[in-house]
Amino acid sequence: MLQQSTAKTKGIQRPNQSPKPQRIISKRFVPWIFMAPALLLFSLYVLYPIASSFMLSFYSWDGLGDKTWIGFDNYIQLFDSESFWTALKNNVLWMILFMLAPPIGLAIALFLNQEVAGIRLVKALFFFPFVISQVVIGLVFSWFYDPHLGLLNTILDVFGFQTIALLSSEEYVTYGIIVAGLWPQIAYCMILYLTGLNSLNPDQIEAARLDRAKGWKMLRYIILPQLSPATFIAVVVTVIGALRSFDLVATMTAGGPWGSSTVLAYMMYEESIFNYRMGYGAAVAVVLFLIMAVYIAYFLVNMLRSER
Amino acid sequence: MYPTPIKHASPLTNILYRISLPITILLWLMPLAAVMMTSIRSIQDINQGNYWGWPTSFNFIENYNMVFQSTEMGQYLLNSIIITLPAVMGAVALSTLAGFALAKYKFKANIWMLAIFIGGNFVPFQILMIPVRDLTISLGLYDTHMGLIMFHIAFQTGFCTLFMRNFIVGLPNELLESARVDGVSEFKIFWYIVLPLVRPALAALSVLIFTFIWNDYFWALVLVQSDTVRPVTAGLSSLQGQWLASWNLISAGAVVAALPPVTLFFAMQRHFIAGLTLGATKG
Repeated sequence: MLQQSTAKTKGIQRPNQSPKPQRIISKRFVPWIFMAPALLLFSLYVLYPIASSFMLSFYSWDGLGDKTWIGFDNYIQLFDSESFWTALKNNVLWMILFMLAPPIGLAIALFLNQEVAGIRLVKALFFFPFVISQVVIGLVFSWFYDPHLGLLNTILDVFGFQTIALLSSEEYVTYGIIVAGLWPQIAYCMILYLTGLNSLNPDQIEAARLDRAKGWKMLRYIILPQLSPATFIAVVVTVIGALRSFDLVATMTAGGPWGSSTVLAYMMYEESIFNYRMGYGAAVAVVLFLIMAVYIAYFLVNMLRSER
Repeated sequence: MYPTPIKHASPLTNILYRISLPITILLWLMPLAAVMMTSIRSIQDINQGNYWGWPTSFNFIENYNMVFQSTEMGQYLLNSIIITLPAVMGAVALSTLAGFALAKYKFKANIWMLAIFIGGNFVPFQILMIPVRDLTISLGLYDTHMGLIMFHIAFQTGFCTLFMRNFIVGLPNELLESARVDGVSEFKIFWYIVLPLVRPALAALSVLIFTFIWNDYFWALVLVQSDTVRPVTAGLSSLQGQWLASWNLISAGAVVAALPPVTLFFAMQRHFIAGLTLGATKG
């Protein structure tokens, strides 16, 4: 530290000196110059808004007039409101059921990890749902669930079950949306595992085979430990995906019927854009952010540890 | 290789496996297949409830023509292109610079800067929503293509920087060092040595974030309100509201909206998957 500051003063006092000390000074700034545009924009559109939303959650604001400081009132109201607990409960449900995506993705990856003609195309087609927009997926599934003519009811009817208006049932609507969300999520996990399977250590597998390891034991004790980086990523992106769920809720039900399928992300949007309760909306966003921050921190700690 | 290659199994297993592949694909993509079928159905089929059977007539040209003639779909599609292409280029450019800084310079804040870029990439959009909307309004960019472009560049920079950094870390240091010994400036090193070497990564990254930005729905709702700016995702969902019973036209619209990222994915599949896993397995 001391050295740097002397170098700095030297550079300022004697600008005409040989270029060497000047380069030492400027070299310290080089990475920052490379980073400046990205950092500037990122601070403006990501870092500052996070801080700003935290502040806003202590105000009452309709988006146009003056902001009034109301302390923790937004949060008190929030924890008293039924729709907040519905949204939170639904988010938990999303997280739990989304945890099916990694194992199912792994199962599909194991199924597809073969070398037969056309397998590349098959893998690509399995990955397909991840590439298309969630709006399209929402549309496809609302139609799949259509109470009159949707395929779901057609199938239920054929097998003699009671048909169901899934998206207008307060009891089942969230499950219906989660299934739609699982579809691309499974595809994502599958790709992560397929790449993981490609980088397995063949010697270990051969050794295990010589020891007659088979089936479940082989998978559990030889393969899964080697796949743990893929599992880590799959679990993290799945949890984050579950907490971020917005597009499907917005396009399939808009939180309905009667708010029963809302999630925190959608509730926030609804309160601020439709009800003009910006401060209250910000409070919802802060709660969502804090829940996610746990996973983000977990992810960062793990990743940065592997960097060192 | 795991599982055991199917080649070593009995011929019967082999045949069963090969038959099971197209069947599982069909089941997996059934909802999509139905949409594509429906997009070429006639309105009579829809009215009679023939949603899932074979179409009585193929109205491919009529339906798709109708979508472009009587809805704003063409405009939405154009908007999506106007927004996505510059946003991809901007994010890739900024993050290549930043990724180089984080990969090849040792400084105290390095790891923290990386953590900020990664962490920022995972935050829920809602925590950004109100301030970003206010910012966009005060910059005079609300309801303009530029408003969305700016946000996408800024936000995608988080993921892209991690991605580029992970790629550039792998480039040999000796190359840079020998250039430095020869007195080449840092910026020339970046331009003439690093940039040509990262080209494959740029392709992978561009394909990947093209689909991310193209498929964005939330910000299209928050930062845009008129048809002249609205991208195809938000456009499609507003059509869904207006054309409630015309499932054939909505399906055609959905196919149109999905087509560009899907085409890009198939054309550059290897890049796409490499991109996804380089960004993901390391970070």
